[in-house]
Amino acid sequence: MADFFATNGSDLLLKTWEHLYISAFALALGVIVAVPLGVLLTRFEKSAKFIIGLATILQTVPSLALLALMIPLFGVGKVPAIVALFIYSLLPILRNTYIGMNGVDVNLRDAGKGMGMTNFQMIRNVELPQAAPVIMAGIRLSGVYVISWAALASYIGAGGLGDFIFNGLNLFIPSLIIGGTIPVTLLALLADFGLGKLEKKVTPRTVQENE
Amino acid sequence: MIEFKNVSKVYKGGKKAVNNVNLTFNDGEFIVFIGTSGSGKTTSMRMINRMIEPTSGQILINGEDIMKRDPVQLRREIGYVIQQIGLMPHMTIYDNIVMVPKLLKWPEDKQRESAERLLAKVDLPKDFLTRYPAELSGGQQQRIGVIRALAANQDIILMDEPFGALDPITRDALQELVKELQEEMGKTFIFVTHDMDEALKLADRIVIMQNGEVVQFDTPDNILAEPANQFVEDFIGEDRLIQARPNIQTVDQVMIKNPISVTPGKSLSEAIRIMRDKRVDSLFVTDDAGVLKGYVDIERIDRNRKRATSVGDIMIDKVYFVREGTLLRDTVQRILKRGFKNIPVVDNKGRLIGLVTRTSLVDVVYDTIWGEEEEELAKASVFETTIPEESKE
Repeated sequence: MADFFATNGSDLLLKTWEHLYISAFALALGVIVAVPLGVLLTRFEKSAKFIIGLATILQTVPSLALLALMIPLFGVGKVPAIVALFIYSLLPILRNTYIGMNGVDVNLRDAGKGMGMTNFQMIRNVELPQAAPVIMAGIRLSGVYVISWAALASYIGAGGLGDFIFNGLNLFIPSLIIGGTIPVTLLALLADFGLGKLEKKVTPRTVQENE
Repeated sequence: MIEFKNVSKVYKGGKKAVNNVNLTFNDGEFIVFIGTSGSGKTTSMRMINRMIEPTSGQILINGEDIMKRDPVQLRREIGYVIQQIGLMPHMTIYDNIVMVPKLLKWPEDKQRESAERLLAKVDLPKDFLTRYPAELSGGQQQRIGVIRALAANQDIILMDEPFGALDPITRDALQELVKELQEEMGKTFIFVTHDMDEALKLADRIVIMQNGEVVQFDTPDNILAEPANQFVEDFIGEDRLIQARPNIQTVDQVMIKNPISVTPGKSLSEAIRIMRDKRVDSLFVTDDAGVLKGYVDIERIDRNRKRATSVGDIMIDKVYFVREGTLLRDTVQRILKRGFKNIPVVDNKGRLIGLVTRTSLVDVVYDTIWGEEEEELAKASVFETTIPEESKE
């Protein structure tokens, strides 16, 4: 153990940082794209099925294959990895946003509209706060997935903790495999915990009490 | 003023929700739309703030076609209360109340003043402002729902079955509150309900709808007195028609016709003979034209027997009477308050035409309480076809 840290300590920190960086970047992109898209879909019910279907199909592409497919488009390195992980993060966020927004009590919408809210005010003041817990649950799920899948990104030269795991596999050094896996798991758990806290925070006080 | 001009609403598939409706509501009126479900009452109301848009026809508010207005702006000028209350659960009571003032970008202190003033009006403590809707009871929530609709000084308030989900006691309290607010603030209320009691209690005028058409549009008294057709009668219900009768019944309907009277010139012994023959203890005195002059009773005759000879000398010329056509409810009060045994009824020339006695009032009470039962009996019997209240007249 001490031996492992002595030889790989600084490398481990760097790789963890890389891993976190790739995952966070991909997830942030996912949130930026999927949340507004999900909101938009509730206003265009007809295209909603199609778009969500498309996201579902993208989700079913095997992760290694998707990473490999990125190479002709973006080459090797962090960029294709981030793009691939971003695509993966889309579906849970998109679907939860859509479901959460649609699940908002129709009476609240009726009241809001009847009192003279514009469409935008409705989304910002009524629907998003009400849907926030469901949207956050989607983000949380995506976060955990993205962190664990980011280990594969080392395959296309993106770096991250996956480097340890692949090196361990190639060189038959179990300690490297374990040394890479445990931090990934820990990162995922930490992210889940942190996003869970955030989820609590954005949940309206009274909705929490009702649960 | 709100005007409906040939307003129709046809939904996809050809279902006519509202069919050629023409109505005019004055400022400060409490209008109640009533009808069965699917009668178009809610649709009609929701067209006023363009939550639903008419297929044809025009709705004018103060002479202006609402279709030419920006719907968002229009809705901010019209209060809106729904049955499901619809308070925003993630906002404090304060934020809920000042929702529209905030949309209108009122200055903060004006918003707070409005919220506090209205909260006091509905008898809720000030510390409610910082609470959340889920911490309030249903009745309290709807009180907030009502003042939320008033917070921006809206002149028109739409209410869609606002008290339908509340228990009877809370509903009663809120009905009174709303009526008080409306009378105090002089705003126009458009209220939808399917509860006739609620409509009769609140409305200045009631719009009764059936299959998308207005069946009757009138004051509660007139509707009770003259239901437009069988549907309205059924809708009002037997109970209420019977209950309502004493209120709109006139003395003519219950008075005893041709009461016993004497002329002033008759002698006392003659008067006593008439009393004995007709088995009464008092007599009304009329002149030759039948005009009521006074009355005498047996005690008075007895006391003055030695001193006077004719009825005219001893009659009491101060008589309380009612004119024909007077509402019975006013007469009842007079009889009960002054302790009269009876009250004479005169026509517009002052001629005695009848008499309302305590006995006639008992008959009315009897009809109100047991009349319905008799009617059921009558219906049950194959041979009995006369309905009691008709046969009475």
